[in-house]
Amino acid sequence: MLIRIPSSSHPSPSEITPESVYLNRRQFMGLSVSAGMLATAGWAQAAQTPLQAALQQKLSSVQKSPYRTDEKQTPFEHVTQYNNFYEFGYEKSDPAEYAHEMQVDPWSLEVSGHAAKTGVYTLEDILSWMDIEERIYRLRCVEAWSMVIPWVGFSLASLIKRFEPGSKAKYVFFETLHSPEQMRGQRSAFSSIEWPYVEGMRMDEAVHPLSFMAVGLYGKALPNQNGAPLRLVVPWKYGFKSIKSIVKIRFLEERLLTSWEKSAPSEYGFYSNVNPKVDHPRWSQKEERRLPSSFFSPNRIPTKMFNGYPEVAGLYQGMDLRKYF
Amino acid sequence: MQGRGGRLLVWWLMFLSAAMPFFYALYCAFINPTGPDVVKEVLEFLGDTAFIYLLLTLSVTPLRRHLGQSWLQRFRRMLGLYCLFYAALHLSIYFGIMVDFSALFEELVKRPYVLVGALAFIVLLALGLTSPKFMMRRMGRRWKSLHRWIYVAVILVWLHMFWQSRGDVGEAMLYGAVTVLLLLLRVPRVEEMFKKNRKGYCSE
Repeated sequence: MLIRIPSSSHPSPSEITPESVYLNRRQFMGLSVSAGMLATAGWAQAAQTPLQAALQQKLSSVQKSPYRTDEKQTPFEHVTQYNNFYEFGYEKSDPAEYAHEMQVDPWSLEVSGHAAKTGVYTLEDILSWMDIEERIYRLRCVEAWSMVIPWVGFSLASLIKRFEPGSKAKYVFFETLHSPEQMRGQRSAFSSIEWPYVEGMRMDEAVHPLSFMAVGLYGKALPNQNGAPLRLVVPWKYGFKSIKSIVKIRFLEERLLTSWEKSAPSEYGFYSNVNPKVDHPRWSQKEERRLPSSFFSPNRIPTKMFNGYPEVAGLYQGMDLRKYF
Repeated sequence: MQGRGGRLLVWWLMFLSAAMPFFYALYCAFINPTGPDVVKEVLEFLGDTAFIYLLLTLSVTPLRRHLGQSWLQRFRRMLGLYCLFYAALHLSIYFGIMVDFSALFEELVKRPYVLVGALAFIVLLALGLTSPKFMMRRMGRRWKSLHRWIYVAVILVWLHMFWQSRGDVGEAMLYGAVTVLLLLLRVPRVEEMFKKNRKGYCSE
């Protein structure tokens, strides 16, 4: 199996401006000069990129999915201002502060490995194949806090099907954008995480109906700090499995090490299923703080097996989840 | 500052400014939460603050010996007691709000960083309880050897912080560098290097 390691001078597909976007911009500039003055509505339309147009169209017709919960949703401001996205820094407020330095339009996804339809796809291509739905999921962070978030996107299975993976595709691996110029956390000298961030799942986990690809939350396009423009959401696993700002999908026969496994193998396993019975070596996973939590109401609640999604239990039949944590 | 009034004013200024982190923590906790996970944030803020006061306490003697700044000497005990105060708040929030008090034993046994932090607190508590002047007089020579345990405490506190690093060890390294510097300044050899040009500022 060939693993291509791009040199730092080699632009990743997402960094290359497609000709259509470049020409659009030209056209727009010309238009605005000749028209002299443009009505606001006309201006907005002329300035829209193909990705923006595709997102806007899809977000205007979101179906409500039966995957939902009546639990109180975490307010938008907290969902978008309290994030772990180490590519932008280690403080929870860093992503909201610095993620705007990442360019998310245009965006493309490189698909490789054991599949019939490999290649580079623009995000607007991908969106055009999909029906968009809203799912309200619990998100349980390995740090013992949790949120309830209304995501907008499509099932991972429906995306994977498009690429026609073969029988050798036992695992699906994902990669986040690697661009130290845009992601200041990737420039940190003290990071124990190797960039780019890599995550993965077994194929049967990936095509489970609960596995989701989000392009938005609270009915809007994903803010950069939440992993724009395309991220994974796997609600029965700890949050770090739900990799953000995905640029690559690989169908592999053998398992790779994920970023956190490499960083601290005794603390973070490949599966990382939410499990109150298996503690993190440094803290208990029996409970979680459902955010917002405060001194008046700490909001500590018991953590449920598979984060309250027992329908995935079949995937792990006969496995010792203490060993395969 | 001259005279008794001036000295009193400086004392109060020190006392109140050292209490500022406490008021800030109260403000974040009850008036204007800094975020959705404010208990954890205040917990960590108080822990950092306690560490900083421990380092400040440890810098008093080197400042006097090597830089001739002796005015801080009068505040060494105050700084040390503030360190104990912030550490006590930090510990109470952990065992009062973050985890069940009933989990105290389990936490101590299962998590080395908790154990190390708790040991550091016991040392600080012993130093705090023996800090009044009458205790100093009563204990005589033993007081000095007991209070040398502050070096053990600072190493334990650093370990407590380092063991909790996740993904990034930058902060722990910064605190570690200051700790190492302050400890090195106590090594007789290193002291000699500084003292060569500073006769007259020796003897404790």
